[in-house]
Amino acid sequence: MMTLSSMIIALPEIFVTLMIIVMLLVDAFIRHSTKCLVNQSLAFATLGIAFILEHYVYQYAILNHLSLITFNGMFILDNMARFMKTAIFVLSAFILAYSNRYIINRKIPFGEFSSIFMFAILGMMVMISAYNLLILYIGLELLSLALYGMVAINREHSYSSEAAIKFFILGSLASGLLLYGISFIYGITQSLQLDIISHTISLSSSYSRDILIFGLVFIVSGLAFKLGLAPFHMWLPDTYEGSALPTTIIIATITKLAALIFTLRFLVFAFQNLSIDWSFMLIILGVISIVLGNIIAIAQTNLKRMLGYSTIANMGFVAFGLMTINLQGVQSVIFFMFSYVLSLLAAFGILTLFSNADEDLALISDLKGFSRQHPFAAILLSITMLSMAGLPPTIGFYGKFYVIEAMINAGYIKLAVLAVIMSLIGAFYYLRIIKVMYFETSDSTFKFGAPGVFRYSLLSINSLAVIVLGVVPQYLLSYSALLLS
Amino acid sequence: MFHYWLSLVIWLPILSGILVLFCSKYENLVKNIALVSSALSLLISIIIFKAFDPNSSALQFEELTSWIPAFNINYHLGIDGISLPLILLNNLITFLVLIASIKTIDKKVALYNSMFLIMTGFISGSFCALDSILFYVFFEAMLIPMYLIIGVWGSTNRIYAAIKFFLYTLLGSLLMLVALIYLYYVSGRSFEIMSYYHVPLTLSVQILLFIAFFFGFAVKVPMWPVHTWLPDAHPEAPTGGSMVLAAVTLKIGGYGFLRFILPIVPDAARYLAPFMITLSLIAIVYIGLVAVVQKDMKKLVAYSSISHMGFVTLGAFLFVGNQLNIWGLEGLIIQMISHGFISAAMFMCIGIMYDRIHSRNIQDYGGVAVKMPVFAAFFMLFAMANSGLPGTSGFVGEFMVIMGALQTKFIYGFFAALTLILGASYTLWMYKKVVFGEPKRLSIQNLQDINKYELSVLLILAIAVIASGIYPNLFLAKMHASTQNLIDLVSHSKLI
Repeated sequence: MMTLSSMIIALPEIFVTLMIIVMLLVDAFIRHSTKCLVNQSLAFATLGIAFILEHYVYQYAILNHLSLITFNGMFILDNMARFMKTAIFVLSAFILAYSNRYIINRKIPFGEFSSIFMFAILGMMVMISAYNLLILYIGLELLSLALYGMVAINREHSYSSEAAIKFFILGSLASGLLLYGISFIYGITQSLQLDIISHTISLSSSYSRDILIFGLVFIVSGLAFKLGLAPFHMWLPDTYEGSALPTTIIIATITKLAALIFTLRFLVFAFQNLSIDWSFMLIILGVISIVLGNIIAIAQTNLKRMLGYSTIANMGFVAFGLMTINLQGVQSVIFFMFSYVLSLLAAFGILTLFSNADEDLALISDLKGFSRQHPFAAILLSITMLSMAGLPPTIGFYGKFYVIEAMINAGYIKLAVLAVIMSLIGAFYYLRIIKVMYFETSDSTFKFGAPGVFRYSLLSINSLAVIVLGVVPQYLLSYSALLLS
Repeated sequence: MFHYWLSLVIWLPILSGILVLFCSKYENLVKNIALVSSALSLLISIIIFKAFDPNSSALQFEELTSWIPAFNINYHLGIDGISLPLILLNNLITFLVLIASIKTIDKKVALYNSMFLIMTGFISGSFCALDSILFYVFFEAMLIPMYLIIGVWGSTNRIYAAIKFFLYTLLGSLLMLVALIYLYYVSGRSFEIMSYYHVPLTLSVQILLFIAFFFGFAVKVPMWPVHTWLPDAHPEAPTGGSMVLAAVTLKIGGYGFLRFILPIVPDAARYLAPFMITLSLIAIVYIGLVAVVQKDMKKLVAYSSISHMGFVTLGAFLFVGNQLNIWGLEGLIIQMISHGFISAAMFMCIGIMYDRIHSRNIQDYGGVAVKMPVFAAFFMLFAMANSGLPGTSGFVGEFMVIMGALQTKFIYGFFAALTLILGASYTLWMYKKVVFGEPKRLSIQNLQDINKYELSVLLILAIAVIASGIYPNLFLAKMHASTQNLIDLVSHSKLI
C-alpha cells in the first residue's frame, strides 16, 4: 500500500533525488565564476539536510507506529540502515571538504562531479535500505555507474580513462554474475524479499539447496568484487591509481561501507541458513586476500596502489570476521570497517590536501623529507599508517583485535595466527612510509601543496580521531553496536 | 590520600612529550620541559619506592576503572616487589638520557625529547599494567618511539636496524596477543592477568601458550636464538637510544617471564625448564665468546648484554623439585636492575667517545686515558662492574643466580660461572685496547675530557652501581614478599 505515510520513510532518498535534479539544473544556468561555490553549498546542504531528515523520519515513524518496511517490502529503515547512512553522510562531507580545491585545480567540472557524487550517495542509500534483491541490485548499479563516471571524469589524463574502462568492464561483469546468482535464488524461493527468502531457504529440500548454493557462489563472487576480495580484486589497484584522488577516496571509503551492508543483508540475513556454505567460501577468499594483499603491497612504489593492496588485505580481515557466523563476528566486522575507513580517509585526505596543482602526491618517494617541510602533517600520516597496520594505541588495533577475538571465540585459532602473521608482514609497508618521511636524509623534488586552515583542521580532526578513539574505543564500539540493535 | 601515583608516573611523561612536540621551535624550552618532566617522574618513582610496603605481597598503589566494558578490559594498574625497582630504573635512565642529550643532539630536538618521554611513559605503563590488554597496548606502543629514535638519529645502517627491531619484536608480541585472547575465553571472559593465575589448563595447552608467550618475551630479552636484532640495533642507535634499549626495554622481557609465563603456565615451565636453561647457558657462554672477537665497541656491549640477560632467563627456570629456587629468582631481578645501570653506563661511555671521534671501531682508539683521565676512571669502574667485580652491582646478581644454579644442578652452575671469566675477558680486553697504551692517532691526541653533563650522568650511574653492589638489600628488602608469593604460586600445579 503506497500511502503518503509509507513514503515518509523514504523521504531522505526522495530529497536527495530532488536535490540532484536541482543541482544539475542550477549548474546549467549559473555563471561560471560562481559555479564552484554554489555547487559546493548545494552539496553540503543536501548532505546536512539528509542527515537531519534521516533521524527525523525515524523518530516520526516510531512515534506514529508506522511500519519500518515500506514500498511493498522493498525498503527498510532499521538501525543498521539509519546509522550507516548517517556515517556515510558525515564521511561524504569530509570527502567534499578535502577534495574541492583538488577538483578545481585539475579542471574537473565541479557541478558534474558533485552531482555524480550525489548520485553515488543516492545509490548507496538505496542499497543500504533495500529489503528486496532487485532494489539492492538497482542501488548497486546506480552506485557503480556513478563511480564509473567519477573515475572517467578526470579526462585530461589517459590513465583515468584506462582505469575507468577496466573498472567498468569488470564491474559490469561482476554485476552480471550477481544478477545470475539472484536469478537462481528467485527460481527456488520465488520471492525477492529478504525475509521471505530466508524463511523459504530454511524450509527447502536438499535438491533445492544444491541449486541455491550454485546461485550463492555467483552472488558471493559479485560481493567479493565489490568488497575487493582476492581473487576478484584485479580492478582495485588500477582504479585507485588511475582515478583522481577524490574518486579514489569515495571508492575506498564510503563505497566499502555500503558494500559491507550489502554483504551483511545478503549473507547474514537472507542466506543465514546457508551460512556453512558461504562461511567456507569466505574463508578461502579471506586467506587469499590477506596473503596476496599484504605480500604484493610490499612491492609497490605508488602510494595509491599500495593503499589499494592494503585495502584488499584488510578486506581479507573482514571476510575472516564474517566467516565466524555469530553475532560477535558481525559486530567485529562493522567496527573494523569503521576503524579502517576512518584511517584510510585520513590517509587519502593527506594525499589529496598535499598534492599540488599539477601532480598528485602519488609515489612513496615523493614523501621524502615530508617531516621536515610539514612536521604536523607527517605526524598525522604516521598515525594513520600505524592505525592501518593495527598498532596500539590507535583505533586500528582494536579493529583487528575485535576480529581476531571473534575468530578465536569461534575456534579458528590457526586462521587467527595466520591473520596475525600476515598483519606483521603488512606492518612493513606501513612502516616504510614512516621511514621515508622521517629517516631519509635528502628531500624529494615534489612540491607539496599547502592546504588552507579549514581543511587542515578537518584533516587533523580526522587523524586525531584515529588516535583519540584508540585511547577510548568505547564510543566507536557502542556506535557499531547500535547498528545491530 | 593521593591514589593516582602510578597514573601520574605513566601519563606525566606522555603528556609532556606531546606538549614538547608543539614547542618544536623553542629548543631551550623543549629541553627544559623535558628535563623537568623526567625529573618529576623520577621523583615520583622514588616516592613510590619509599612508600612501598615491603611486608605485603599484595598489589599496591592499585587503580581500577572500567575502560572498554564491551570486552571487560579495565584500566587496572598496580605494582608489587617485582615491578617496583624496574619503574625506578626506567625513570632514572630516561632522566639521565635527557641530560646526556642536551649537548649532543642538534637536529629535531623536540622530536627526540618527546619520543623519549613518551617511551618512558609507555614502559612504565607496561610495568604497572595488571590488565593484559592494557599491558599489550603499552608493550606494543613503546615500539613506535624506539623505531623513530633508531631511524632518525642513528648511524649509517639505521634503517635496516630499525625495521628489523620493529618487525622482530612485533612478531613476538602478535603471537602473544593470540595467546591472551585464548586465555580470555578459557578464563571466562576476563583480561585480568591475576585471574589467569588460577585457570586450570592441560599440559599440551600450557605448552602452546608457553610457546606463544616465549616468542613474545624471548625476543625482547633477547634470548638466543632470537637475539639477532640486538647486535644490529645497538650499534646503529644513538647513544640515548642504546641506553634505554639496553637498560630498560630488555627488562620488559624478563619481567614478562615473571609476570606471565611462570605463574600462568607453571607446569609447562617445569616441563621445558631444561630446554630454557640450555638456551640461557648458550646465551651466557656462546654469546660471551662471540663478544670477545668483536671489533665494534657497541656490538661488543650488545653481545655482553645478551650474555648478562642470559642470567635473567637462567634464574627464572631453576626448579629444585617443584619449587623455584629463591636465589635464582631474586638474583635475576637484581641482575636486571644492575645490568640496567651498567649497560646504560657502558653505552654512555662509548657514546662519549663516539661524539668526539665518530668511530665505534676499537682499532681507531688507544690511549684515551692520557687525554681523558676522569672519563677513563669512570669507564674503569663500569668495565669492572660489567665483568662482575664484587663491590659493584654486577657481582650480586650473577653470584645469586650462580648459587641458585649450583643448587639445582652442579653443571648448570659450572657453565654459568664461566661468565666470570668470559665477562672479564671481553670487557677488560676492550678497555685495555681503547683506554690504555699510547695515544698514537691525532684524533686521540686532541681529545677533551668530559663536560659537566656527561660527568653528572656518569656520576649518578657510578653511585647507583656501587650502592647496589655494597648494599643490595636496598632493592632486595622490597621484593622478598613478592618473590616468595611468586614461588608459592608457581609451585602449585595447574593441570586439569
